Amino acid sequence: MSFMQKPKVSHSQLPKNALGLTSRDYEGGMSTLCAGCGHDSITAALIQALWELNIAPHGVAKMSGIGCSSKTTAYFLAQAHGINAVHGRMPSVATGANAADRNLSYIGVSGDGDSLSIGLGQFVHALRRNLNMLYIIENNGVYGLTKGQFSASADLGSKAKKGEVNEQPPIDPVITALTLGGSFVARSFSGDKAQLVPLIKAGLMHNGFALLDVLSPCVTFNDHEDSTKSYAHTRQFYHPAVHADFVPARQPIRAAYDAGEAMPVELHDGSTVVLRKVSQEYNPKNRAQAYSYLHEHQKRGEIVTGLLYIDEDQREMHDISHTVSEALRDLPHAQLCPGAAALDEIQDLYR
Amino acid sequence: MKPTDTSDPDYFHRVVDCQWACPAHTDVPQYIRLIAQGRYADAYMLNRESNVFPGILGRVCDRPCEPACRRGRVDQKPVAICRLKRVAADDKGDIAARLPKIPKAKNGKRIACVGAGCASLTVANDLLPLGYEVVMFEKQHEPGGLMRTNIPAFRLPAEVLAEEIRMIVDMGVDLRLGAPVTSMQALLAQGFDAVFVGSGAPRGKNLDVPGRYADPAHVHIGIDWLESVAFGHIDSVGRRVLIIGAGNTAMDCCRTSLRIGAADVKVMARKPLSMMKASDWELEEAVEESVEMIECHSPREFVLADGRIKGMNFEVLEYHQEGSKLRSKKIGEKFLPADDIILAIGQENAFPWIESGIGLELDEWHVPVVDKKTMQSTLPGVFFGGDAAFGPENIIWAVEHGHQAAISIHKYCHGEDLGVRPPFAVNLTSTKMGIHEWSYSNSFDTSVRRLVPHVSLKERFKKIDIEVELGFSNEQTRVEVERCLNCDIQTVFFAPKCIECDACIDVCPTACLTITHNGEEDELRTRLKAPALNRSQPLYVSAALKQTGRVMVKDEDQCVHCGLCAERCPTAAWDMQKSSIKVPYAGDQTAGSAQPPQRRRA
Repeated sequence: MSFMQKPKVSHSQLPKNALGLTSRDYEGGMSTLCAGCGHDSITAALIQALWELNIAPHGVAKMSGIGCSSKTTAYFLAQAHGINAVHGRMPSVATGANAADRNLSYIGVSGDGDSLSIGLGQFVHALRRNLNMLYIIENNGVYGLTKGQFSASADLGSKAKKGEVNEQPPIDPVITALTLGGSFVARSFSGDKAQLVPLIKAGLMHNGFALLDVLSPCVTFNDHEDSTKSYAHTRQFYHPAVHADFVPARQPIRAAYDAGEAMPVELHDGSTVVLRKVSQEYNPKNRAQAYSYLHEHQKRGEIVTGLLYIDEDQREMHDISHTVSEALRDLPHAQLCPGAAALDEIQDLYR
Repeated sequence: MKPTDTSDPDYFHRVVDCQWACPAHTDVPQYIRLIAQGRYADAYMLNRESNVFPGILGRVCDRPCEPACRRGRVDQKPVAICRLKRVAADDKGDIAARLPKIPKAKNGKRIACVGAGCASLTVANDLLPLGYEVVMFEKQHEPGGLMRTNIPAFRLPAEVLAEEIRMIVDMGVDLRLGAPVTSMQALLAQGFDAVFVGSGAPRGKNLDVPGRYADPAHVHIGIDWLESVAFGHIDSVGRRVLIIGAGNTAMDCCRTSLRIGAADVKVMARKPLSMMKASDWELEEAVEESVEMIECHSPREFVLADGRIKGMNFEVLEYHQEGSKLRSKKIGEKFLPADDIILAIGQENAFPWIESGIGLELDEWHVPVVDKKTMQSTLPGVFFGGDAAFGPENIIWAVEHGHQAAISIHKYCHGEDLGVRPPFAVNLTSTKMGIHEWSYSNSFDTSVRRLVPHVSLKERFKKIDIEVELGFSNEQTRVEVERCLNCDIQTVFFAPKCIECDACIDVCPTACLTITHNGEEDELRTRLKAPALNRSQPLYVSAALKQTGRVMVKDEDQCVHCGLCAERCPTAAWDMQKSSIKVPYAGDQTAGSAQPPQRRRA
C-alpha cells in the first residue's frame, strides 16, 4: 500500500471516451494491497475495459466477498454501486441485487478462497442459474490475507514459500464451470492485459454468467521459485488457446482474419467477439472438446488461457424465471406490491 | 531503440527542464527545496554559484526556465521560479562569510575586463578566487552596465544592484570608473595576460524616416534615453508619448515615461500583438499601467509644425500567412499626435575602438568573430562575452558567457587546450527513507500559480524608483514551492530486477510508463499508454526484461516525479534518485586528469 493518494493530475492529452470521461474517471480509491499484487493489474484492466465500453459508472454494481481479491472493488469506479458481502456469499447477494435491478452491469470480484473454498456452493449455484454477471476469480493459489496457506486452487506438488508441498488436488474453476454448464468460460493472466481487457469486455456483454478465472500472482506469498502461480512460472507455461477480439456493437469488424481461423460470436447487445483459434483442433463452441483439450494440456503443466467456451444461446436467470424486464424500483407500487388479495390468490394455488 | 545511456550526464540533466533551459544551468529544484525548508541563505548561495546575481535575476531575468517548466505541460502555468529566486535573495540575511575566499598570494596573472556589466563581473567572480588580478575599465561613473542604465529602478532597485555588484568588486577588482577603453591596441600594449570584452551592445538602432532629425530634443533612442533617466540627466517627458517598437526596451520606456510626466503612452508595434517581442510578464505590467498597445502600425514619417514634433504618420498593415512567410499589406494610414517619440527598435554592437590589422577578425557587420564554445576571438587571449559577443541577449546568457570565458582564460593562462572543456557530471543518490517515505516532498500539490502582489496604481507613480513588484508573502512562498515537481528526483530503472507485474504502469497518474516490445523510436512512440507527441522530451528505454524480453519505456514528458512507480514496485526495480548536475567552472579539472572534479564552493 501507499500512504499517498494517487495525484489528481493526469496526462494532458489523455483521450476521452464517448461519455467525455478519461480512464482516470473510472478509478477508485488507492489500493492497499501489496506492491506488485496481480489484483491491481486486474483493477487496471477493469478500468480500461469499462472506459473503452463507454459504460456509465452509475450503471455498474460491484459485488465482492472477503479476501485480498474482494478488496479490488474498492479500487475502481468510485461512483458505481457496490456491496462487500459476507465471506463466500457474494453470489447470493449478487443474485438478489440482479433480481431487483437487471439493468445494471454486475461485476463480481472474488478469489480462490472466497469462491473455491468457503463459497464453492454459492459459486456453482450462481453459475448453474446463469446469473447475468461478470464473475472474476483473482486466482493466486494462496490465502494471502492469512499469511500464505495453500488454497483450494493450489496445484499438486506446488511448494509454499517456506517449502511445504501441497498434497491435495486443486479445484479448477474453469473445469468446474465447463462441467456445470457454464455459458462463458475464460481464463487469463493479470500480466497480460492485451488478452485480459477484451475478455473482460466480452464477459460484461455476455448474456449470462461469464466466468473469468484470472491468474493473479501473490507477490508476497506465492511468487517464489517452486510456485506454480508465480509471474515467472505462468509466463513460462502460458498457453493461449483462443484469442478473443471484442468488437463493440455498430462497429464494422476491421481486422483481417484468415479464413477458417476466425469465429465471430455475436453477443446479445449486438457486439461481437471474434475468436481466433491458436490450434486448429480447438473448438470454443464444443464443450466436450474444450474439456478434453484443457485436460490434455494441463497434464503437460501448461496453463490454457483465452475464451475457452461460449454459448450465447443459453437462457439467463431472468429468462428462466419469467421476470419483468424493468428494475423493480421502476414498477408502480400497485404492481410491485399488489396487496393481500393477490397474496391470497397465490396461496390458493398451493392449497 | 537502444537502452538509454543514463551515465551520460546530459540525460538526467535534460529531465530537469528548468536547469537544462537555463543558460547557466541553475539547480532550480534544489534551491526551491531549500526555500521550502526556510534555508534562504543556502538557496541564495546555490543560486549564486551558477547565476552570480540571484537578487537581480530574481527580479529581471528573462526566465528561459519558466516556459520550459514541466508544470506548464501538465498544469498550464509553470512554477514561479523567478519570483522564488527573489525570495531567497530578499531573505538571505548576511552571507558575507560564505563568499569565495580570495587568496592573499596571487598567481601573477593580470586580466583586463572592458566594461563593468554582468559578463565582466562574472569573469571577475570566477577568476579572483583562483588568485588572478582583475582590472575592470568602465566608461560610466558607476559599475553595472546595462543592468544599471537600461533597467528602470521601479523594476530593479538600486540597492539590490549595488549589493550584488559590491560582493564581486569587494573580492578585489581593480575597478577603473569613468575610464572608457578607446583603443584595443593600447589596451593590449599594457601587457595583460588576457583581455575580456564585456562592453555590451550599446548602440540603439535608429529609424531613418523623414523628419527624424528636425526636432532632436523630442525624438529619443530608447536605451540612451533610459540611461539618461537612470543617471538623472532627464527627468521629464511630454504628456503624449509614442514608443516605436514592442520589445522589452519598449516596455521599460513606456513605463518610465508614465513616471516622469507622460499621461498618454502608446506602444506602436509593426506586427500583430501576438508576435510582440516583449516577455509576457513585462507586457502585462505595462498594460496594467494603462499603456496602450497598438498593433500593425508601421512608422512612415515624423510630423512637425514650427520645428516641433507634433506626432507621427503610420501605415496601417494587415498580415496574412503565405506558406511559411508572413506577408503584409497596407490598408490605410494614420496620424497619431505626440509630444515625444522614443525609438525602441533594437540595439546592436559597436566597436569603434577595435582597430583593424591587430589580428582580431571582424565580420561583415564589424562585429568580432567569436568562438561559441571558448568565447575567444581570433586573437588568442582576447575573449568576448555578454551582448558584446553575439549581439543582444539577456543577463543570464551574459553570466554564462562570463563563466565560459573564465574557464577559457584560466586554461589560456596555463597553456592548456581551450577546446577541451571541463566535463559535466551527474551524481545520483537514492531518496528512499522507508517503504513509503522519500526525502523529498513527493505528493502532487494542486495549487495554482501564485500571483505576486504589486504596489497599487495610485502609489507606484509617486516616485520614479518605487519597486512595483512586492515579492511573495511567506504564505505565497509556502504554496508556490510545493508546485515544483522535483524533476531532479529521477525515476531510475534497474531492468534485471523487474518481474513485469505492471504495478508501476497501473499506478502512474500521468500514464508515462509502458512495457512493450522494442521498436524504432517513431513507431514505439505510437504504442505507448498515453500519446507521446512531445518529441522534445526523450523516451527512457530499458534493456530487455528477463521474463518476456519486452522493454520498459518511460515517456519523460509528463512525469510528475511523485514516486508512486517506485513505491508500488515490489522488487525496487524503480528507485527515486536525486540527481545533482555538476556544472564545471574555471579551475575545475578537465576529463582525464588525475583528480576527480571537486565541487567548487561558492
